[in-house]
Amino acid sequence: MELSLQTGTVADRTILRVTGEIDVYTAPKLRQRLVQLVEDGARHLVVDLSGVEFLDSTGLGVLVGGLKRMRALSGSFALVCDQERILKIFRITGLDRIFTIVPTEQAALAVEPDPGGSEDRPDGGHAVPPVTDR
Amino acid sequence: MPTVRLEFSPAPAHVRTARLVAVAVARRAGVAEEVLDEVRLAVGEACSRAVALHQLYQLSELVEVEMADGARFTVRVSDRGPAETRPETGSVPDPVELVADSDTSFPAPSVAVGMGLALLTGLVDDLQVVPRRDGAGTSVRMSWPTA
Repeated sequence: MELSLQTGTVADRTILRVTGEIDVYTAPKLRQRLVQLVEDGARHLVVDLSGVEFLDSTGLGVLVGGLKRMRALSGSFALVCDQERILKIFRITGLDRIFTIVPTEQAALAVEPDPGGSEDRPDGGHAVPPVTDR
Repeated sequence: MPTVRLEFSPAPAHVRTARLVAVAVARRAGVAEEVLDEVRLAVGEACSRAVALHQLYQLSELVEVEMADGARFTVRVSDRGPAETRPETGSVPDPVELVADSDTSFPAPSVAVGMGLALLTGLVDDLQVVPRRDGAGTSVRMSWPTA
């Protein structure tokens, strides 16, 4: 199955939903989209891999590139994945130690605090940790 | 003698075809369903590695994939890369170190090859990277039990 990419925004997070196979052939398309999102100003990225059927080392390399780029920009980069066969690939390579991997998009929104501040966000939600001054 | 033999020009687009064929032949050979994901990923990694080597050295020769069934399902992926690129099985790179060492935002092809090899090594119990029997190049040989 071809790679399909869909972008959405929740508050200050940019969510990239990936569907299909990420391999040596399709990974450049993912890399291109990540670069574009960063150029467009995204600083808090959530890459949702829930619809990914296949991921290889080339795909891992692109995700690592995204993580490094966001770190360099003091942003955040989280992965959403609850499929054992994909999670296994992160474990085998030890990359589960450097990525934030959560099972749902909601969890991703909850674990990644917004370091940029968000005074105008409604205060009641407990899903997002309180933002400290910065 | 191989049960199925496949050759493809060293282009990324053909790696998926090789994966699909390998899984189909493995299933028919009696490899357990729960192992097929491993076969798919391992054959894909071995073929990606061969394609990367051919592109790196601008080689237009075909990448060869041989699959044989028997007591074990065996896959051999052969490239024509120069011998000095042969990875030593004892020195598999740590992907986390590769990530830390690369200074570009998106890792270079050499990092991808290293990561692929680390993944292969972690994935397949029976894995050998050996010189080709018929001239320059290396073969990645892997096998899985059949029912």
